[in-house]
Amino acid sequence: MKPYKLALIPTALLAMTSFAFAADVGPSDVVFADGAVAASLTGVAGDAANGRKVFASRKLGNCLACHVNSDMPEQSFHGEVGPALDGAASRWEEAQLRGILVNSKNTFDGTIMPSFYRTENGVRPLKKFTGKSILTAQQVEDVLAYLTTLKE
Amino acid sequence: MKTITKSIITGGILALSLGFAAHAGEDATLTVNGEITLPVRAAAPAGSPLPELFSGWVFRSTETQAMQMDDFDNPGMIFVDQAWEAWSTPEGSAGKSCADCHGEPESFAGLRATMPKWNDEAGKLYTLEDYINESRVKHMGAEPWKWSGGQMTGMTALISLQSRGDVVNVKTDGPVADMYEKGKEIYYTRVGQLDMACSNCHEDNYGVMIRADHLSQGQINGFPAYRLKNAKLNSVHGRFKGCMKNIRATPFKEGSDEFRALELYVASRGNGLVIEGPSVRN
Repeated sequence: MKPYKLALIPTALLAMTSFAFAADVGPSDVVFADGAVAASLTGVAGDAANGRKVFASRKLGNCLACHVNSDMPEQSFHGEVGPALDGAASRWEEAQLRGILVNSKNTFDGTIMPSFYRTENGVRPLKKFTGKSILTAQQVEDVLAYLTTLKE
Repeated sequence: MKTITKSIITGGILALSLGFAAHAGEDATLTVNGEITLPVRAAAPAGSPLPELFSGWVFRSTETQAMQMDDFDNPGMIFVDQAWEAWSTPEGSAGKSCADCHGEPESFAGLRATMPKWNDEAGKLYTLEDYINESRVKHMGAEPWKWSGGQMTGMTALISLQSRGDVVNVKTDGPVADMYEKGKEIYYTRVGQLDMACSNCHEDNYGVMIRADHLSQGQINGFPAYRLKNAKLNSVHGRFKGCMKNIRATPFKEGSDEFRALELYVASRGNGLVIEGPSVRN
């Protein structure tokens, strides 16, 4: 435990500097408790407006591919593979939502939902995606900030 | 736990209420040229994980469905016409055409419904593309065609058309048993950065919208398929390749053992449906 704690100190210091990205919790260093992730991945508050864009973007989160979201009537197609996200923030704690975004499989065993902040995914990843997570740590925090606005 | 149960129920109700309702529906009938009725539903074969089989046609929009209901409106038929010409055109060092040995394309009636199948002479699982290229090289002295090139997909469409309405009956035992198992393993293996297996969409979620697309069972009885998306006939392996890329996985090669095995497994999941090729899809 000791070396672990020591390692955290410089990380925390870095997070306070402007080089926040260098202090992001790495995908394999995220600490889960019962599927939830309590600590921010970046130490920088999420930007809900950007999170909304990431949510809708087919190249980024593409969350709309599988989830209905009444907050986005300007988007014509909402998928139905997963549950509607209307009022999601009233059903889930922030830490639970972060955990589901980072690695959904820790909350829903065997789910079709991709893990957005994990580098070890399915076999044979395309070269340009190998060793990379779908979203960056800050994008996850941004989507999370947006999701917390979806209240019943 | 309560919240999880609640959200699953909401999702389930949505899928039920919107899934099939958004399109022409599972009760729609596929009649071609006002005279050939092709069943688009079938009882699942023994051991199938699916409760019932549905042709991909069921999941398409009314407009797309209509294009397949008249051979003059089916853009795939343009390529069938081209293949018909190629059929009787001599090629290669032997100066022979398909017609010289096989007569009319009708001589292949029923073949497509059994593909892919074991070829004793070659000692391997053969697809329609293999038979065509073997004939071109061995008997015509011609160059083999590209797996998903226009000449090949046109010819597989012409040959598939001779089996239109025939019930898919692909063998999975005997010498192909190993390939069947291999194909099944690939079908259920999660691939790519998006971490999904074929089954996640086409077994667990068919009938459901994934953004603007209506998920089908991934049946291949309609192949080669004319896709509005790329305005050409698409081979089975070409479609597998596109699907893997969507999941951000490195696709297997067209004509590879992996895709042959997957074609066998997927074709056999459709045992009971009828051959539609060339179909029209989005």
